Amino acid sequence: MLDPKDIEAIRAEARHYEDPKAVGVDAMKLAQKRQGWIDDDTLHQLAELLGMSATELEGLATFYNLIYRQPVGRHVIHVCDSVSCWVCDYDALREALKRRLGIDFGETTKDGRFTLLPIVCLGACDRAPTLLVDGDLHGPVTDADGIDQILQRYE
Amino acid sequence: METPLTQNIRPDREPLDLTGYERAGGYQALRKALTDLSPQQVMDEVSASNLRGRGGAGFPTGKKWSFVPRGEDAPARKYLVVNADEMEPGTFKDRLLLEGDPHQMIEAMIVSAYAIGADTGYLFMRGEYTLAEQRLQRAIDEAREKGYLGANILDSGFSLEIYVHTSAGRYLCGEETALLNALEGKRAIPRHKPPFPQVSGLWGRPTVVNNVETLCNVQHIINCGADWFKRLAATEGGGGTKLYGASGRVRNPGCWELPLGTPLRAIIEEHAGGLLDGYHFRSCLPGGASTGFLTAEHLDLAMDYEAIGAAGSRLGTGCVTVIDDRVCMVALMHNLEHFFAQESCGWCTPCRDGLPWTKRLLGAIEAGKGEPRDLELLEMHCQFLGPGKTFCAHAPGAMMPLETALMHFREDFERHIEEQRCPWRDAAGRSAA
Ligand SMILES: Cc1cc2nc3c(=O)[nH]c(=O)nc-3n(C[C@H](O)[C@H](O)[C@H](O)COP(=O)(O)O)c2cc1C
Ligand code: SF4
Ligand code: FES
Repeated sequence: MLDPKDIEAIRAEARHYEDPKAVGVDAMKLAQKRQGWIDDDTLHQLAELLGMSATELEGLATFYNLIYRQPVGRHVIHVCDSVSCWVCDYDALREALKRRLGIDFGETTKDGRFTLLPIVCLGACDRAPTLLVDGDLHGPVTDADGIDQILQRYE
Repeated sequence: METPLTQNIRPDREPLDLTGYERAGGYQALRKALTDLSPQQVMDEVSASNLRGRGGAGFPTGKKWSFVPRGEDAPARKYLVVNADEMEPGTFKDRLLLEGDPHQMIEAMIVSAYAIGADTGYLFMRGEYTLAEQRLQRAIDEAREKGYLGANILDSGFSLEIYVHTSAGRYLCGEETALLNALEGKRAIPRHKPPFPQVSGLWGRPTVVNNVETLCNVQHIINCGADWFKRLAATEGGGGTKLYGASGRVRNPGCWELPLGTPLRAIIEEHAGGLLDGYHFRSCLPGGASTGFLTAEHLDLAMDYEAIGAAGSRLGTGCVTVIDDRVCMVALMHNLEHFFAQESCGWCTPCRDGLPWTKRLLGAIEAGKGEPRDLELLEMHCQFLGPGKTFCAHAPGAMMPLETALMHFREDFERHIEEQRCPWRDAAGRSAA
């Protein structure tokens, strides 16, 4: 269900554009901030609000790396798998993370705390290897200790 | 050495607020342009400066602007769009400018919008740049408060609103016509050119799309003049400084503002401090994942559009990914094509089908299951997905590293196929690095 405050914010944002459809991604991001992911009901409500078909909005939702159409954990970890991080031992970071969390990419820990996903270059290659937790950038993350220090900040 | 773009940026402190930015000489170009110069004069100065696009393609900025219709019959509504999508793997320069000196970006947008006659500016920013988003939003609010944005700025009759539009992560949004579709709330699929955006862009109106770094040069050109700007470059025919970066196994990875045309060697050895102990330089991508590999023989080349172009690569974004001698080039190529295949928008067949195929071939070769014929297949893709064969420059960008890898490191590929294993990994399958 959409929150009235979000509906108001989406309407305000839409005034910045010639066509309200332009806020499609923003609207999904707002809803997602509150409820973690975009379920079918929310998708339909948002589409109606913006004057587009649900299929059209679904086309947007599935296009973007940061819009989740499936439930995710309380925190989402995105690990950069692009070239500079890959050169700086991305493989080791990936394996250490999977071991520490006991899950593979695309999965959520049993306690619902973390979801692990890959992401493309985070524009912080000087800090390789990098990862993003709930939008916060971390790097370089080189060993299990480093991983633990980061994870403990996200309950 | 002058560093106009980064002069206000200090890694250890918050960016300057409006007062601090003005005290450092900021918003002078805005005053000069709006009170003393006509839009045409601003455009002429930018044209004379040799400023070229810093987003990857290197198109002359003044020339790009000159295609915008002007005069009585021109459409009343025009747009300026800043490309702050920065998703080219290996690239981290626009982030520095956005986070480090947000008011510089806003002033750049106001002066540039004035030149092309735009009344609305959008900053199209990748969704992951949350800190940059907050800082830009604050700068916009301050500038509006001060009367640098809004209606009738400084009584000049010129009005402008600027909005930050954050995306949600997809490489193709950086392609300028796909970006326009994304801004309109459509899937980020490129548009046919012509018509060019300058004539028919956002919602069919004249639109200029420029990279963050490109635009941040504009107010300095207005302040100090085109001749000063040309002298900033290290090589003849150039203009300005360039943000160069270095990442990979180097001692001091980072991003530095240097004269355009600084030698590649100086970037890697002086600024980045050379490679980490025990590693040796083997190759590099000079300006992101979609540029061609260079080797040790290219280290003394000037990092400018011409010299790097002549070496079979592209300057691209100027952020260098250094590749050391313990990296397997086949595995690296597999990583790159994984990225390109995943980020293809799927609109045209050669790219949609061809990129996953190259990725599979490279994966098989890396796993020791390659066949001699695979190299021909890879070369065939370099032809079929090359410039002019696909709807946008994504697929040719994906082929440039592949084609140059096959040229410079063919032996690596052949050894994988002959030995039916990766020579860079030990028997347990671990990378030797
Ligand atoms: C697949 C693809 C992705 C691109 N990504 C970006 C990007 O993230 N940022 C950028 O400034 N230019 C990007 N470009 C280049 C833009 O299409 C365009 O040339 C540039 O924004 C023009 O600005 P400039 O003339 O100031 O360089 C990309 C191009 C392609 C083909
Ligand atoms: S080349 Fe690739 S990314 Fe570009 S339009 Fe075709 S399918 Fe889309
Ligand atoms: S490659 Fe990982 S941040 Fe750029």
